Amino acid sequence: MRLKTLLTATALAAGVAVSAQAADLTVGFSQIGSESGWRAAETTVSKAEAKKRNVTLKIADAQQKQENQIKAIRSFIAQGVDAIFLAPVVATGWDSVLKEAKEAKIPVVLLDRDIDPSGKDLYLTAVTSDSVHEGKVAGDWLAKQVGGKPCNVVELQGTVGASVATNRKKGFDTAIASHPNIKLVRSQTGDFTRSKGKEVMESFIKAEGGGSSICAVYAHNDDMMIGAIQAMKEAGLKPGKDVLTVSIDAVPDIFKAMAAGEANATVELTPNMAGPALDAIIDYKANNKTPPKWIQTDSKLFTAADEPMKVYESKKDLGY
Amino acid sequence: MPTTLPERPLLEVRGLTKSFAGLRALDGVDFTLRAGEIHALLGENGAGKSTLIKVVTGVLSRDAGTVALDGRAIAPRTAGQAAEAGIATVYQEVNLLPNLSVAQNLFLGREPTRFGIVRGGAMRRRAREILKDFGLAIDVAAPLGEYSVAVQHIIAIARAVDLSARVLILDEPTASLDAHEVEVLFAVMRRLASRGIGIVFVTHFLDQVYTICDRITVLRNGRLVGERETASLPRLDLVTMMLGRELSEATHERSHAALDGGSAAYASFTGFGKAAYVAPFDLALHRGEVVGLAGLLGSGRTETARLLFGAERADHGSASVNGRPVRLGSPRDAIRLGFGYCPEERKTDGIVAELTVRENIVLALQARRGFLRPLSRRRQDEIAGRFIRLLDIRPADPERPIGLLSGGNQQKALLARWLATEPELLILDEPTRGIDVGAHAEIIRLIRQLCADGLALLVVSSELDEIVAYADRVVVLRDRAHVATLEGEAVSETAILSAIAATDAVAGRHAA
Amino acid sequence: MALRLPRAGTPQILAFLAILAVNWVVSPQFFDTRFQDGRLFGSLVDVFNRGAPVALLSIGMALVIATRGIDLSVGAVMAICGAVAASLADSHPLPVALGAALGAGLLCGLWNGLLVAVLGIQPIVATLILMVAGRGIAQLITEGRIVTFSDPGLAWFGGGSVLGVPAAVAVVFGMLLLTVALVRGTALGLMIEATGGNARASALAGVGTRAMTLAVYIWCGLCASLAGIVAAADIRGADANNAGLWLELDAVLAVVIGGASLFGGRFSLGLAVLGALIIQAMNTGILLSGFPPEFNLIVKAVVVLAVLLVQSPALVGILPSRQWGRSWRRR
Repeated sequence: MRLKTLLTATALAAGVAVSAQAADLTVGFSQIGSESGWRAAETTVSKAEAKKRNVTLKIADAQQKQENQIKAIRSFIAQGVDAIFLAPVVATGWDSVLKEAKEAKIPVVLLDRDIDPSGKDLYLTAVTSDSVHEGKVAGDWLAKQVGGKPCNVVELQGTVGASVATNRKKGFDTAIASHPNIKLVRSQTGDFTRSKGKEVMESFIKAEGGGSSICAVYAHNDDMMIGAIQAMKEAGLKPGKDVLTVSIDAVPDIFKAMAAGEANATVELTPNMAGPALDAIIDYKANNKTPPKWIQTDSKLFTAADEPMKVYESKKDLGY
Repeated sequence: MPTTLPERPLLEVRGLTKSFAGLRALDGVDFTLRAGEIHALLGENGAGKSTLIKVVTGVLSRDAGTVALDGRAIAPRTAGQAAEAGIATVYQEVNLLPNLSVAQNLFLGREPTRFGIVRGGAMRRRAREILKDFGLAIDVAAPLGEYSVAVQHIIAIARAVDLSARVLILDEPTASLDAHEVEVLFAVMRRLASRGIGIVFVTHFLDQVYTICDRITVLRNGRLVGERETASLPRLDLVTMMLGRELSEATHERSHAALDGGSAAYASFTGFGKAAYVAPFDLALHRGEVVGLAGLLGSGRTETARLLFGAERADHGSASVNGRPVRLGSPRDAIRLGFGYCPEERKTDGIVAELTVRENIVLALQARRGFLRPLSRRRQDEIAGRFIRLLDIRPADPERPIGLLSGGNQQKALLARWLATEPELLILDEPTRGIDVGAHAEIIRLIRQLCADGLALLVVSSELDEIVAYADRVVVLRDRAHVATLEGEAVSETAILSAIAATDAVAGRHAA
Repeated sequence: MALRLPRAGTPQILAFLAILAVNWVVSPQFFDTRFQDGRLFGSLVDVFNRGAPVALLSIGMALVIATRGIDLSVGAVMAICGAVAASLADSHPLPVALGAALGAGLLCGLWNGLLVAVLGIQPIVATLILMVAGRGIAQLITEGRIVTFSDPGLAWFGGGSVLGVPAAVAVVFGMLLLTVALVRGTALGLMIEATGGNARASALAGVGTRAMTLAVYIWCGLCASLAGIVAAADIRGADANNAGLWLELDAVLAVVIGGASLFGGRFSLGLAVLGALIIQAMNTGILLSGFPPEFNLIVKAVVVLAVLLVQSPALVGILPSRQWGRSWRRR
């Protein structure tokens, strides 16, 4: 039975055009910890992706501490894994441990976040999403949606100073720059949380004459948007109809809102960083093919046209 | 002990005066310390010893007077400046860092360095040399906290002396030492004195004074009582100096309630005591009787009061009230039985400074009733108003925070707190301490009146003339034990003094 | 006597009115209030509604601080209780969910109280334990995700209303009345103030200082659990990572703005709640102003500093002399 499973798995792996050798790979993954639902989903998806490719994935939870990550990497090196995935909790301080990995000839792939090493040769590749691009996708969707009509947009920013927030703002601003009919009238931080998103939206509604002049809301993440949707409903507005919504992340709950017609669009920050990373490693090991230094993940746009309830069902058990 | 007495005193204090909020803590005090002598500074609580030390070492500023070291006037503004001038102080609570090594403590802030780097080896070598001088051969690299309090004291002294101290002030250094450790400390003190260092020794152990001190200065109520050679001062005279009143002052007239000999005791305590606190004692308290507790500071007076009130739990003996055995596990137990206790330390144990006079007065009564039966505001006003009038508490504003009142008025308010509970036994610990003369007389008048009203009173006091004036019976304590009971005509200052000064308990027992 | 100065509390009321006035200047529709779905609606209402969690926390915190303590765990307790309520709301009847959440709050308070009153651990250290561990416990309950619920009963605490007043505001008002009745209607208030003012002296006067300490931490836990329920009901979900995050500091600040001293003693529940409203009025004002968010914290700090300066005895001493001892506050 087990042999049969193995054979099937191998066959499947072969089916996705990867050599059979890949089945023997062991990869150590130093995960940050369970800081958010997205992070939990990333872990779940990583396990599934590894299983799909018949790779043994050892996950070490660092509980948001760099020293734990460094320890985990050292232990992976000692175990002689074939590759190390690192979702770095901070950008600096990785040089020495990455050098150790390099000396042991173990390739390192960064997931989700980039680092500032002294030399880019310390890691094989980084698989990350481009948050500027995410903002731009959101902005482009809105521009297309409103066409030439004038539109006042309010923005719920992420935590002040967070690079994701800065980048998502930048991308959105770029996208609407060429559309003078779209005006960003208010922008405040909602700290990436539902309750702050709701509070900030409440004040926007009051400040913009009961919300009648707001044409669209752009939120740097879905959680803030879910809070904002509640605020709009309580103020007697109809989010998704009177007011367009577009946010980023694609967490399950936003699809529920979308199915109810209360949200319009979300840009996915895919939790599947491990998939492309595994493909790169397998290719590197089998064919000695060096991947590009940066593998950008897809920033897919979801709207009500994408069967939101179905997406919700597929995502709800990932651990978001 | 000093072989040659230099012409000029090492430290000379003249006319030092310091007041706190109108109360004179030091009143024109003179003090002279010679090089090479060990000089005891004695007095009861509130006599002004620690104020004198603090003013001399610059911790407190002075209102008037001069301090001269080697004939040169000095006016340090901080303890650090005093140490630089050559006056170092070692307190009962050693002011060093227990987690640093002995050597680091010795050289804290003046570590030997080369090119800015501490030379650990050199430092430890020097530390060993210094401590050898003090008869200590210990591992100087070990943390200070690993050593006994005695060793820590010696290290603190060594540090002070090595900082070129000429005057060393030791504030109650022996309070937490055992007999052997005291010997070690004394050996160090003698050695330092022989090197010409002047040592001021503050203590309340008279035996130690007679063991080691050359001369004695006694303070009382912020004034200098006198300076004597130890050798020519009998113990009784010393105690008299510490406790007695100036002869010029009118002594209180003694008036005794006739004891109705047959009446049963209101509260009696048998074999009552606590290990390492107060030796077991028997005590019976009657209604309409004032019992005085006399003895020197640290003799067990306050400790006895706290035991009787349940503030400290007795581990020996039994207590009974009205003939029925009772448990005294906490102040709440005692209060339920009808006891009241005005503690000696008014500020820390008595008043709740920011609450009003009214709230302070009703506190104990309210606590006894429980929080579910609050006194109505009208009742509170009525109680507070009654006692403010009765005890003449000034200003007569029940809504003023009690912390803003003078000491005497605070004391009266505390008395009111207990009177409001209509107690049957009132324990007063130093009821006249730190209050002005007028209030003093009033408190004593009150004590007499309460007694006449049928209360049982137990009064702790170091004012012997006062005790003699109001007490029907006086229990004398020494070294945490009840050593004598004086009754009726036998109550006199002389009798109390000789009971305190007696070197062994048998000699001091004056049977009634 | 004829010219009795206004009672203490004047600086807080003036500060609140001043901030409202500034809000009105930056946002002229600030005082516009109307009915929306049977509920009052407007920026002023937002101040009260958004301020509800911190106001609830500040009621309990005022009592704890009065005993010379501090409870740093209230934010984490909010997260725990919100998580309990949200995870039970859809599967159990409302009383069960509410009861479990309030029970969890009581337990947390009891834990803190035992550490402080019985084991004698310093309050800041004792409550730090639950502050750190509590959020972890909340994450365990929610399994790291945002647990949403649809039970209208629990949601009422966030979106419902009592006679047009938002439910959260009604809860604050009810809790304030209940607590005031409890501490001022009985002698508890006096005993708590005595305990905080001088625990040694109070114990010698027969006050059960240990019981008082225990009681205030338990009550603080209860207030935190109500705040957690209100916060969860507001977003119809329990966000273990963010619910009540840093709110313990806002609660302490509210109590301090309310004129209490961290050294214990006198407390005023009403002024503590007013302190919470001052903080929230400021937050709402910043949001309405359209200032770039980078200035939020600076504006907040400056306003808080100003309010505290107005109360500072040293500063009042410099100004033309007023009644003795501003620092001796009246309730």
